[in-house]
Amino acid sequence: MGNHCLAELSGVSKRFGDIVALDGLDLDVRRRELLALLGPNGAGKTTAISLLLGLLQPNSGKATLFGLSPLLLEARRQVGVMMQDVTLPDELRVREHIDLVASYYPNPLSPEQAMEMTHTTSFADRPYRKLSNGQKRQVQFAMAVCGRPQLLFLDEPTVGLDQQAREMLWATVRQLVADGCSIVLTTHYLEEAEALADRVVVLAKGRTIASGTVNEMRALVVRKRISCATALPEELVAAWPFVDGVHRERQRLDITVSNAEAVVRRLLASDENLLELEVHRAGLAEAFTELTQEVAQ
Amino acid sequence: MSTIAMPVSRVWGAYLKEARYESLRMLRTPAFTSPLLVLPIGIYLFVVMAAGGMLLNPLAAAYYFTGFSAFGVMGPGMFGFGMVVATERQEGVLNLKRALPMPPAAYLLGKMLMAALFATIIMTTLIVGGVVLGHVRLSAGQYLAVAAVNILGSLPFCAIGLFIGVRASAQSAPGIVNVLYVPMFLVADLWFPLPKAAKWLSLLSPAYYLRELSLGVAGLTYHVPPAIGAAVLAGLTLLLTALAVRRLARVG
Repeated sequence: MGNHCLAELSGVSKRFGDIVALDGLDLDVRRRELLALLGPNGAGKTTAISLLLGLLQPNSGKATLFGLSPLLLEARRQVGVMMQDVTLPDELRVREHIDLVASYYPNPLSPEQAMEMTHTTSFADRPYRKLSNGQKRQVQFAMAVCGRPQLLFLDEPTVGLDQQAREMLWATVRQLVADGCSIVLTTHYLEEAEALADRVVVLAKGRTIASGTVNEMRALVVRKRISCATALPEELVAAWPFVDGVHRERQRLDITVSNAEAVVRRLLASDENLLELEVHRAGLAEAFTELTQEVAQ
Repeated sequence: MSTIAMPVSRVWGAYLKEARYESLRMLRTPAFTSPLLVLPIGIYLFVVMAAGGMLLNPLAAAYYFTGFSAFGVMGPGMFGFGMVVATERQEGVLNLKRALPMPPAAYLLGKMLMAALFATIIMTTLIVGGVVLGHVRLSAGQYLAVAAVNILGSLPFCAIGLFIGVRASAQSAPGIVNVLYVPMFLVADLWFPLPKAAKWLSLLSPAYYLRELSLGVAGLTYHVPPAIGAAVLAGLTLLLTALAVRRLARVG
């Protein structure tokens, strides 16, 4: 393992009975990067993270955390974790939850510092049961960062957050990466990955089907979207070469194409009154959909 | 790759915080803890008043006192572990703690210390009740010995609760704990002597061995030698804890 790699899965397979959750997966998390782990439900994202955290053991292959077994405390003392499906005890107050988790680390932030960083100071003394779902996620984020981790696992961190809280969390995440922390993010919000990730790994059926920067992922997808105001019939355009799909919204046609230049030329030639022509590159959402659909087929 | 050492003082601090917050949680849940703390002394005082002059016999008084001591310390361990561990497993708390760098035994030790704290409170109330109303005539040393045995004696019941908690769902754990808890004290000869034909049933209950151990350390008449009682309770604790820890490590 290179010195720049903080966590690694090497040829890891994991089965649950007859179900293959991971199939020879290779995955590495590098220093000072935000890695977004994407994939449809059942792709193996949670299993991969559970192996890196030592919660599961691989059937074959190897998982390492800071070059050590993830089962060792020495490895996990450099890690912060925010899991998706956790219901913390209602009776403890916010400050107490953070104080308890901070006590597991050698050199943690004080609860006050962690709360300030995660914008949770205003409900520091409130019992956990009296928080909204979004505030509970913010507290779990504070618990994840309070140990000054070098590597942070965030599993669907912004589910339940309002727009303002989501943007504050994104800002904190960006600051953590700027300060040298590496982050593994799993999310269903593709715009979140698009906004934050240095690198994206797309999993499907327990394997990596694509990886690279957000721009590289977009480039993998040849499809583009053309939008214009035209009187051309939807059925006519749908029958043209390189057209994958057509959708009419009043005067506007949205056309998904595999060769934008050819279709634009034909559009202009067929309708001299055509207006408001726009060509969009595929976003991460289109890339993700196309990649995972290919695997499903 | 470099690793980060944790100073020993901070490791101890983590154990203490786990125990502190576990106890705080329980004390902030009066609906859960009040029955555990109030029932033993409440029923004891009721029985003492109902028994009237019968308890002027010092042996009878000690019999009830030690019996209710064993009954009292069963609850915090069995319910505190059985229901709480099952709930925390189901709600993902245990998984989170396994992923975090929590010292390995802190989760169990925190709950054991919580059970010991509750056992201490229960023993204090029972001693006061025994001295004031129960006609119990033991020396301070005997009281201390009985209290210490019962506080330590909460551990086998923690192990039973833990064994249930790592296997049962949050919904089924209370039922399973109750199904074991009630017969366990009823057949243990704690509150009233069993008929001779049914005496053998008491051998099946850990609470019986704990009461016998209390009688033994207090220098009173016993039926099970203290060494055997201690061995049975220690063996049960180690066996069930080992099985539960093995399952926790594998499955969570």
